[in-house]
Amino acid sequence: MNFKHKYVFLFPGLFVLIGILIFPIIFVVRLSLSGWNSYNGLNFIGLENYVRLFTDDPRFWESFIRLSFLSVTTVTLQYVIGFALAHMVWKEIKFQRFFRVLFLIPMMTTPVIMTVIWRTFFHESLGPVNDLLQIFDVAPKWLTDPTLAKITVIIVEVWQWTPFMFLLLLAGLLSLPKEPFLAAAIDGASPIRKFIYVTFPLMAPISIGAIIIRLIEASKIMDTVYVLTSGGPGTSTETSSFYIFIKGLREFQMGYAASMSFTYLIIMIISLTVIAKVLTKLLLKE
Amino acid sequence: MGKLYTFLKYFFITVWTVFVVAPFLWALTTSFKDFNSVNGGVTYIPWVDFEPNLEGWRVLIKSPAQGGVDIVEPYFNSLFVTCTASLVSIILGTLSAYALSRYTFKAGPIKNNDITFFFISQRIMPPIVLSIPFFLFLGAVNLLDSLFGLIVVYIVLLMPIAVWIMVDFFNKVPREIDETALIDGCNPYQAFYKVVLPNSIPGLIVAGMFCIIFGWIDFFFAFILTFTEVQLLPVKIVALNSSITPWWSLSASALVSVAPLIVVAFIVERYLSKGNLSGAIK
Repeated sequence: MNFKHKYVFLFPGLFVLIGILIFPIIFVVRLSLSGWNSYNGLNFIGLENYVRLFTDDPRFWESFIRLSFLSVTTVTLQYVIGFALAHMVWKEIKFQRFFRVLFLIPMMTTPVIMTVIWRTFFHESLGPVNDLLQIFDVAPKWLTDPTLAKITVIIVEVWQWTPFMFLLLLAGLLSLPKEPFLAAAIDGASPIRKFIYVTFPLMAPISIGAIIIRLIEASKIMDTVYVLTSGGPGTSTETSSFYIFIKGLREFQMGYAASMSFTYLIIMIISLTVIAKVLTKLLLKE
Repeated sequence: MGKLYTFLKYFFITVWTVFVVAPFLWALTTSFKDFNSVNGGVTYIPWVDFEPNLEGWRVLIKSPAQGGVDIVEPYFNSLFVTCTASLVSIILGTLSAYALSRYTFKAGPIKNNDITFFFISQRIMPPIVLSIPFFLFLGAVNLLDSLFGLIVVYIVLLMPIAVWIMVDFFNKVPREIDETALIDGCNPYQAFYKVVLPNSIPGLIVAGMFCIIFGWIDFFFAFILTFTEVQLLPVKIVALNSSITPWWSLSASALVSVAPLIVVAFIVERYLSKGNLSGAIK
């Protein structure tokens, strides 16, 4: 095929993306070496910000550990529930199309807007959850208790994003070849054995892809937290992004926030690569 | 064994259905309440528990001067930004995806897969990392608080999705059809435009749906990069969530904002059933 044309196809998209991104990224690195805040401009202070981050800011690392906990928990739940749901509506079932559409709907809704609704839903005195729990004579503080606030965030995230997992896994199930299932049926395998020895191994590559995609998206948890609890009570639901947001765009310590964002980005890339490698090993070992 | 499984299956599906539907039902009933039926204790059923009224819906189209919320303008802003950014991303993304699927690129150690990965990896970028430079840059060129500035930012968010879906899709469209077109005397652009594109409509629709979903549901960038001149729907609705929250108009506006994308759910399901999606997202 002709040599020149390929660039005409590739370059517009590539250059627009690079054009929009390259300066911001370079700028973040430069900014992270400055003490930019409300009164200092773009001066040069060397690695001071990084020294402060690594030696004197436990709040950042706590928020990072919290983020890891929240994303791993929500993604695990989403994967298990999403796989179960996909498996259930995969084969003939009554109202199959109705359930498929219904299970997709939450991911089409704007997270922050639904979170506003969830806030009213979990309201301590005026929400339906505590109203129904009155029967058992309990009134959990869904949004103001440090532990329960985390659970509320997890519930909302699971509601919102299980459909995405469901979609990827159902698309995967529908694309599986038929032969292995026929072979299993001829051997008279029970449904459970069929799942363990046929369906699950065949789904392993798709599972890895889906988990990684969801982990990437979950690691950005921020707007749900902002609306639901504003990181509180205290800092008990504060994630890395949210902490950087407070430092950078609330307290205007831009330089320090930039050094945190850059560190955060590097940690994200490394940990996601490691997770991808580990998952590939675990799920594809056969 | 079989019976137990069937029972568990329907039980689980029922529980999940209730969980999925609950917030919508709650929002729907709340949207017809007034101050007393919200603050006087929890009420559920209209006409039995409380007297429904349309105030929550009416304020949505009133201007703030009349004590309304006016989500009409933010609604169209959101629609405009989402559609424009999706369209640009789809056009540029499809062209790049076609190049990556059909031609071989080599620049030193960088090959096709690396370029594809570069595109897709932009999704890994946490929004917060970009938000600070975007905030300062858009401020420097006077695009803060403008529709155009937001569209530029959204293209970065959406193009990776378009490239990701379309590369996989083009890989499944047989090369023979381009080659036949070229032999028939088309130049590469005509081959792409007249032959490949018409065969890629399912892929384009799926990519378009995903761009629209992820554009429509974004809150963070709209929240940071706009203030008063331009307001997008999610920002406007979250702003209602202040100290004294009007739950009724909040619920009504939430339902209005969620409605258009429910159509998208139907379209996605349709392509899923036909099996077109399975190749497009993997």
